[in-house]
Amino acid sequence: MFHLRLVPDNTKIPFMNGRIAGLVVSAVLSIASVILFFHPGLNYGIDFRGGIVIEARTPQAADFASLRHTLSGLGMGQVALQEFGSAQDVLIRLERQPGDDAAQQVAADKVRSTLAEAVPGTQVRRVEAVGASVSGELFANGMLALGLAMVAMLVYIWFRFEWQFGFGAVVTLLLDITKIVGFYAITDMQFNLTAVAAILTVMGYSVNDKVVVYDRMRENLRIYKKMPLRDLIDLSINETLNRTVGTSVCTLLSIIPLALFGGEALQDFGIVLIFGVVLATSSSVFIAAPILLFLGENRLRRGTPTDAAPGNTPATTP
Amino acid sequence: MLYFSRWKIYLILATCIAGFIMMLPNFLGRDTLAALPSWYAHSKVSLGLDLRGGSHLLLEVDMATVIRDRVEGLVDGARQQLRTANVGYTALNAGERAVTVQLRDPAQADDAVKALRQLASPVGGTALGGGQPDLTVSVDGSTVTVALSEVALRDRATQAIEQSIEIVRRRIDETGVNEPTIARQGTDRILVQLPGVEDPDRIKRLLGTTAKMTFRLVDVNADPNSGRAPPGSEILPSTEGDRYQSKYVIRKKVEVDGATLQNASAGTNPQTGEWVVNFEFNTAGANRFAEVTKQNVGRPFAIVLDNKVISAPVIREPITGGRGQISGNFTAANANDLAVLLRAGALPAPLKVIEERTVGPDLGADSIRAGLTSVAVGFAMVCVYMIACYGLFGAFACFALFVNIVLTLAALSLLQATLTLPGIAGILLSLGLAVDANILINERIREETKKGRGVFASMEAGFSRAYSTIVDSNLTTAIKMALLFIFGTGAIKGFAVTITFGILISMFTATVLVRLMMVTWLRRTRPAVLPV
Repeated sequence: MFHLRLVPDNTKIPFMNGRIAGLVVSAVLSIASVILFFHPGLNYGIDFRGGIVIEARTPQAADFASLRHTLSGLGMGQVALQEFGSAQDVLIRLERQPGDDAAQQVAADKVRSTLAEAVPGTQVRRVEAVGASVSGELFANGMLALGLAMVAMLVYIWFRFEWQFGFGAVVTLLLDITKIVGFYAITDMQFNLTAVAAILTVMGYSVNDKVVVYDRMRENLRIYKKMPLRDLIDLSINETLNRTVGTSVCTLLSIIPLALFGGEALQDFGIVLIFGVVLATSSSVFIAAPILLFLGENRLRRGTPTDAAPGNTPATTP
Repeated sequence: MLYFSRWKIYLILATCIAGFIMMLPNFLGRDTLAALPSWYAHSKVSLGLDLRGGSHLLLEVDMATVIRDRVEGLVDGARQQLRTANVGYTALNAGERAVTVQLRDPAQADDAVKALRQLASPVGGTALGGGQPDLTVSVDGSTVTVALSEVALRDRATQAIEQSIEIVRRRIDETGVNEPTIARQGTDRILVQLPGVEDPDRIKRLLGTTAKMTFRLVDVNADPNSGRAPPGSEILPSTEGDRYQSKYVIRKKVEVDGATLQNASAGTNPQTGEWVVNFEFNTAGANRFAEVTKQNVGRPFAIVLDNKVISAPVIREPITGGRGQISGNFTAANANDLAVLLRAGALPAPLKVIEERTVGPDLGADSIRAGLTSVAVGFAMVCVYMIACYGLFGAFACFALFVNIVLTLAALSLLQATLTLPGIAGILLSLGLAVDANILINERIREETKKGRGVFASMEAGFSRAYSTIVDSNLTTAIKMALLFIFGTGAIKGFAVTITFGILISMFTATVLVRLMMVTWLRRTRPAVLPV
């Protein structure tokens, strides 16, 4: 029976030969991302910045020039108009209005009534108005969630494996996250609560991926007691390569429809996840494993006496 | 490991069938549902506002006003206490959280403190007593300070928010919105979710009105246009605009409080055909109203709502029946709204809308369609890939994946969890992650087979070795989702919920259900080699 294999069996790719290159490329990309984070910075959505988003459907194809003119005339600062989906669908973004939280409400109502007047028959499909106090809190909570997730992953892996694994995973995660932030900066996609969810999801996927590779390394450490760590890591990666690639492909296949059919709300989410899954898969091989090699040479075996009978070593697999 | 006792098999099958039955109402038509018992028909996933359309409003109680009101009340109380105790003072001032008074004679400080302590009432105690005084009184030379304690402020805030929630609920109930959610959030916020409300303007207006109504006398000797009101009075604008007078000088003393109103309704004046609001006092209010109108015949009596004069009719004769009428240039709609506000009672402090998210119903329907399409396409693509890679075992995994979706929907239905747009994304993503377990197992079985193990031994080893990896990888995801759930709001929470369910359920479908299928197949066909 023929079965599709994306990766041939019994590969012996010497991944660790590329460890320096992998780390350097990753570090450069991450540093570039951090720079992009500060300049030009992220396109914060209204969740984090406050402001107003209105989605409207006009009866005929929208006349953007005249709409822009009308709405700019309201004196509410910069008005961003964007077509999405069809020519009839308009997304209107307003900066946070000066004044207190109630000012957002007043402005949103004004835009609604202006729209109704300028283009009769316009349907307002969605209105979101977030005040300053709420947006500040949402941002703080979002960052807190990211930070806590990171600590939780570190503790969990530390607890289940040795500290080198936990450290390697978290450093890899940091490198992954900075690149996703850089991706947001480059694509100018809205950075909002959904973005935090996307980052957390990629983090979860990335750790999930690393755990599987680490799991195999730990297992092999017990089986091949004399093998140099470098060869052992290569062996473990090669052994799990089919699974790593297969899972990535499956996850990608399930996410791609989001980017294609998810509509405006889920499209960005899908695109970031696609980027994230590719990133996480490559970082399992090219970042997490080399870090372990640097940290673990000699040290990882210290606790495992080579002459002990296999039965005396703590079993991890039932 | 590979042996399943009979009852275990039944249990597994029963779980799958129960799941299928529990999620079925989500896909049945209205007519079919009506014929079913209600407990079953109601076992449906509740759709979030982003999918069904509706309005999400986050309101904030203006705590500064609550505290200011309390401090102003303290000023009045202090004045009275000092007068009764015969303590002379030169200045009585309200600060942000305290009242200060300058004594004429510092020697009277002790008397002053004693008198002012009377103002305190205990807070935080139980029905049996206890608690702490809500005020602290301190002396510095000739200055006596009466300050609200921290406990008192917290107590006030709690009371204000609880009272506000009650009033908000009553007002929204009056508007006839179906299944509104009204919940406290944090210390000073109220979350209001209104399914199906596309234009929340009317509700925002209703909630944005404090509706504090008072009946007060008009200071007819003062000129409202002078810009300065005499002590004990204030200049208030009129809602009648230029029909009569645009401003009035109104005495600060409240003769009758709107809190004593028992009922209110909109109606028309039979003579003029104008819209009016009829109201009715409770016994205490009626007595007080009768007394005031008796003493002030011939003088204008103002009805003040939220510091605006609605009308100021002249009292022609004492009103003893406890009923009255407000006329004031109303339309049918705003007469009705005023009646609603008066019936529901006054908010202890103004409410501000600090976050609004409104989704129209047709956008919600579009989103559901987009979500379902994504799930269907995603599921199909994953299935094609799995079958291409693992053949029969891939097909087993696909069936398990299908059961996974069914059970996830069943769990959401059972727990009445809310499905949001990101929740649909969560289902899709958990598909990808759930299949990871099967890939791990299948790859392990392959490896063991290649090492030359027998059919049963390979399967046994494949499952047991993959198991700890699956637990590790799924647990890390579950931890992360718990964090998302705790810190996320609204839609993000929905994402965390569906992924968590999807992952936990995948532990069952990917390991137990798939194993059962594989073992059954093995026993039936007794193959010489595994088809992986």
